[in-house]
Amino acid sequence: MTGAGRTLGGMEYAFEARGLVKRYGKTTALAGLDLSAPQGTVLGVLGPNGAGKTTAVRILATLLRPDEGRAFVGGLDVVKDAAKVRRLIGLTGQYASVDEDLTGMQNLVLIGQLLDLRKSEAVARATELLGEFGLADAGARQAKTYSGGMRRRLDLAASLVGRPDVIYLDEPTTGLDPSKRDDVWNIVRGLVKDGVTVLLTTQYLAEADALADEITVVDHGRSIAHGTPAQLKQIVGGQTILARPADPARLAETEAILTSVSGRPAESPSRGVVTVPVDGDAQFTEAVARLAQAGVSVTELSLRLPSLDEVFFTLTGQRATDEEAA
Amino acid sequence: MTTTTLSPVQHEKPVPTRSQPRPFGLVRHSLALARRSLIKTIRTPEQLLDVTLQPIIFVVLFVFLLGGAIAGDTHQYLQFLLPAILVQTVVFASVATGVSLNTDLKKGVFDRFRSLPIGRSAPLIGSVLGDLIRYVVATLSLTVCGLVLGFELVNGIVPALAAVVMTIAFAFCLSWAFVLLGMVLREPGAVQGVAFLTMFPLTFGTGMMAPVDTLPGWLQSWVQVNPVAHAMEAARGLMIGGPVATHVVWVAAWGLGLLAVFAPLAVRAYRRRT
Ligand SMILES: Nc1ncnc2c1ncn2[C@@H]1O[C@H](COP(=O)(O)OP(=O)(O)OP(=O)(O)O)[C@@H](O)[C@H]1O
Ligand SMILES: [Mg+2]
Repeated sequence: MTGAGRTLGGMEYAFEARGLVKRYGKTTALAGLDLSAPQGTVLGVLGPNGAGKTTAVRILATLLRPDEGRAFVGGLDVVKDAAKVRRLIGLTGQYASVDEDLTGMQNLVLIGQLLDLRKSEAVARATELLGEFGLADAGARQAKTYSGGMRRRLDLAASLVGRPDVIYLDEPTTGLDPSKRDDVWNIVRGLVKDGVTVLLTTQYLAEADALADEITVVDHGRSIAHGTPAQLKQIVGGQTILARPADPARLAETEAILTSVSGRPAESPSRGVVTVPVDGDAQFTEAVARLAQAGVSVTELSLRLPSLDEVFFTLTGQRATDEEAA
Repeated sequence: MTTTTLSPVQHEKPVPTRSQPRPFGLVRHSLALARRSLIKTIRTPEQLLDVTLQPIIFVVLFVFLLGGAIAGDTHQYLQFLLPAILVQTVVFASVATGVSLNTDLKKGVFDRFRSLPIGRSAPLIGSVLGDLIRYVVATLSLTVCGLVLGFELVNGIVPALAAVVMTIAFAFCLSWAFVLLGMVLREPGAVQGVAFLTMFPLTFGTGMMAPVDTLPGWLQSWVQVNPVAHAMEAARGLMIGGPVATHVVWVAAWGLGLLAVFAPLAVRAYRRRT
């Protein structure tokens, strides 16, 4: 895909990592990880705590050298050509990388100056970004006075000052409420429209599904599944409707309505909840209408993707969280 | 809190104003980062207590507690003490750069600096330069305090300025040793602890409080090679009269030596610490 006339040296992949190994003492953070994304696409890297997502991002961002394996950005080796790679990338780390004592404006102008923009250009670019990210009014305030969502946005803006070709977003929505999460999603979609290649790590299948062209599932430092969201959902199961009737006595009735909408049997029922696999959003709308028609009121009704835990259970037969102790 | 709708980021196409490398990058980047340190210091002025209130308290305490005993009268002692305590304060202030860098390193913002196409030494040079403000503030507050208590610049203003410049230049060179400590040690507290341990012989193993010939022999031999002791004598010479040249040579030699050894080591340690 060619976006906005960007070519990264005519490379097939905007970034590519092969066989990355990184050890910290006895901990093996990466055990031969492969990651790659064609230009102008979003690669979702999905994995539980400690899977190695941040370690992989730090290697691709030239912050860390791999013990084994190689990684390239725009065809340039992240170790040997680190200086050139840094001109192509933008990084929004997992932990806020804005300077809290500086104002939003000062943060962005500083990055601009470090990227060799002239002062006036840096100010213009910062003003532009603050506007785009809904921070125009907050630009003159210290970042420590920002809310979590504003800080994230400033962080994202800071990684875009140099108009990078490749952007790494390490769990950009963790800790944000749903509306702030949607803001971040829209920003990512806007970037892709401009031909930027994005690596996005996340712990939520729903987020990877919403944004990524391809998903790599990482566990214990290696890739355990890779494919498009559709392919992945085929393996781990797609969306399900979950309904909890207000009157537990109407559970059977609720189940009958939902199974007739989806044409598939309900999953093993649990205390007062019916879960039925569906094929798409349309069936959810229909289910809502039919429940209303029948006069079944519900205290909980949602369309959901499998949680990370369920994805892992299907892929590995193990719970994702049992690794913490290791 | 502001609620705002976000428009997706729209870069005008084709993407033009991608920054191009410009010459003198290291200088410009270091200065931009020095400005960052400066802004941070101004925003949190309580960080400056150790270079404002603390030395003033020392001067007042020493002058009125010891002045009579050591010099016979407090004015005489103030003349003797102030140039030396100025040197002590500025030299002590150089520890802060190592401590604050150590704190900074753990924050995400240094990850961002490292992911930018700037020289590896720029963040360190920036911090060291930005902290020059601490030396200036220390000098100003001590000068005001001294003048209020009746300190006389016997030789006039220009030699006094020369003394200040010499002291700040030396502290700048010495601060690289503490930057190295900041890169090597894990905790800011450890940096502070180790740095203070080296500071005591450097600043108190001198003729700061009492004339050198009243000290025991072994201490006198240390004073003879201690650069801070020479800086104090040079500052005295410049401000209230006395020999200057040899002391300045000692200070300059030590300063350049410290800079040549510790600046490259600090940059190397910074590169490694990832
Ligand atoms: N500097 C370090 N020293 C020692 N161990 C480390 C270090 N950094 C990471 N690790 C270990 O490497 C493994 C992978 O960590 P990493 O931060 O890459 O995981 P992650 O997928 O980003 O997790 P999270 O979702 O919690 O951010 C973990 O077991 C972690 O404890
Ligand atoms: Mg992480």
